Amino acid sequence: MFQTLIKDFTEMHGAGNGTLLPLLHHMQEKIGHIPAASVADIAEELNVSRAEVHGVITYYHFFRSEPTGKHVLQICRAESCQACGSEELLQLAEQKLGCKSHQTSPSGLVTLESVYCLGLCATSPAIQVDEKLHARVSAVQLKKILGELESSS
Amino acid sequence: MNKVKVFIPRDSAALALGADDVVAAFKKQVEIRGLSIEIVRNSSRGMFWLEPLIEIQTAEGRIAYGPVQAEDVGSLLDAGVLEGRRHPLHLGLTEQIPFLAKQERLTFSRMGVTDPVSLTDYEMHSGWLGLRRALTMDQDEIVKEITDSGLRGRGGAAFPAGIKWRTVKNTPSDQKYIVCNADEGDSGTYSDRMTMEGDPFMLIEGMVIAGIAVGANKGFIYIRSEYPHAIEVMNEAIQICIAHGYLGADVCSSGKTFFLEVRKAAGSYVCGEETALLESIEGKRGVVRAKPPLPAIEGLFGKPTVINNVITLASVPIIMAKGATFYKDYGVGRSHGTLPFQLAGNIKQGGLVEKAFGITLRELLFDFGAGSRSGRPIKAVQVGGPLGAYVPETQWDVPLDYEAYAAIGAVVGHGGIVVHDDTCDMAKLARYAMEFCAIESCGKCTPCRIGSTRGVEVIDRITSNQNKEQQVHLLRDLCSTMISGSLCAMGGMTPYPVLSALNHYPADFGIEIQEQEII
Repeated sequence: MFQTLIKDFTEMHGAGNGTLLPLLHHMQEKIGHIPAASVADIAEELNVSRAEVHGVITYYHFFRSEPTGKHVLQICRAESCQACGSEELLQLAEQKLGCKSHQTSPSGLVTLESVYCLGLCATSPAIQVDEKLHARVSAVQLKKILGELESSS
Repeated sequence: MNKVKVFIPRDSAALALGADDVVAAFKKQVEIRGLSIEIVRNSSRGMFWLEPLIEIQTAEGRIAYGPVQAEDVGSLLDAGVLEGRRHPLHLGLTEQIPFLAKQERLTFSRMGVTDPVSLTDYEMHSGWLGLRRALTMDQDEIVKEITDSGLRGRGGAAFPAGIKWRTVKNTPSDQKYIVCNADEGDSGTYSDRMTMEGDPFMLIEGMVIAGIAVGANKGFIYIRSEYPHAIEVMNEAIQICIAHGYLGADVCSSGKTFFLEVRKAAGSYVCGEETALLESIEGKRGVVRAKPPLPAIEGLFGKPTVINNVITLASVPIIMAKGATFYKDYGVGRSHGTLPFQLAGNIKQGGLVEKAFGITLRELLFDFGAGSRSGRPIKAVQVGGPLGAYVPETQWDVPLDYEAYAAIGAVVGHGGIVVHDDTCDMAKLARYAMEFCAIESCGKCTPCRIGSTRGVEVIDRITSNQNKEQQVHLLRDLCSTMISGSLCAMGGMTPYPVLSALNHYPADFGIEIQEQEII
């Protein structure tokens, strides 16, 4: 079922050394996550063991084995953002969404994630909602963003 | 009449503060008012507390306004912004803003000035001069120029770049690589991101020169997945360079070959360590390799590889254009040239300060940063990323140079400076350092894999008053094992923030001890 997607990619980019990460990025971009059922197909196409593919997927924080909610809210928890109140933002998000970090809200609307540095450290605290970055985020602003996500669903 | 040029940055920090909305507001307003302007999406000047910072081209020079929000555009136009007139957000001539005027911008000279993906802009602002000079020299002469400039690895390890290049050049092989480490995972650092988003041709030029110097015809830029804008700009710039003959089979009609490719990382902090990064490009888990063999001898796919940080490679064009002596004359001691210091965290004027080595933390914090953003006293400053020590006020007058910082058990690292005010809890930050190491450890060596988890537990026992004296002793013992026994800087330097917190802020751990030299 994933063979076409995988084959199309390797025909363009080859199946040689170093293709695994670009292929996983491609799959996550297309499907939203990397389904466990695709591991065998990837392994066969790249001529590596299933254990190696599984090992790579689970090693990197960026790759997801499960689908996310409709939106993904990432809150930076690195030192610079901590110095500007990111822990309070995370607590607020957990309370509003009714889920912990790396979980999806019960309604399936938002997946909450902690990230370690979005590179916006001069304008901390920083968050990312799907593709959009926000900096110098206040509690009021976060509440507004969460409200907008809710009303857009 | 010529259209008035309005510069509105496309740097991610400006975008995160609403720069795209400002562009939309300008377009709408000029249409309503029947005006005609040219919007240039430049990079950021690095004065982030003023972002989105817009600039207007006038006969006197570029005039800045900021921070501008979409709703300010109407009043700006009413006030005559297009003629550079006064407005509450008016900041005067950009070049004369003290934060910028006091800097020594060598590598960042084009930052915020040019359109990042305009080849014409790059050429008009001294672009490709380094490459053109390199093409008239032989390999040994280029390597000698870099060695003589005193350039050291800007990623944090500060290893002399020229020596690394010479090793790769002298190692015979049918294939060699140039790898750019753009896995800028340290909190408080963003100079790599700014370089890639704001002046991508400079990095490409540096990599091409490196390739010619050591005889490598292929390069990779390994960029973190958290930097989608940087990935986009670099890919666009690479395509432009291919189309104009700066990359490809015949670089600038010299007969030399250099191909370049972006590789997207996947959110592993330890992949900023050079050997883990190479493993990752090879499509494997980013597990640290034991050294030797050095990457310069057996690197990517087992071939001789130059692996340098973004800023190291981006410093190469100006060194080649102006000569080793020009660059070497900046700095102090064995720390030559400039470093882009990055003010971050709880700081009023956060932003990028490129200065020669030798400036003090106090100057950066107050002359440039204007103190904390909260207005409260600054308590601790973490220099050099999450693996760097917390520097207390007693040490703020130590000159920022690699050796002087090493002497106080701290590191300059990649130049990240994260400010905490007096509400921070240093025991909590020490615990966080261990927790971060436990999350990000690659798991290959025991001191890092197990030590970090034990470190969290020991700090918890200290702060909850369980057998405190013995646990402090145990924490020091554990840190000593991690420093001496870890395979790479992940486990080897996590004790820096932990011990500096313990030594300089014992009260936060509920203990009164004498300060002592540990590292």
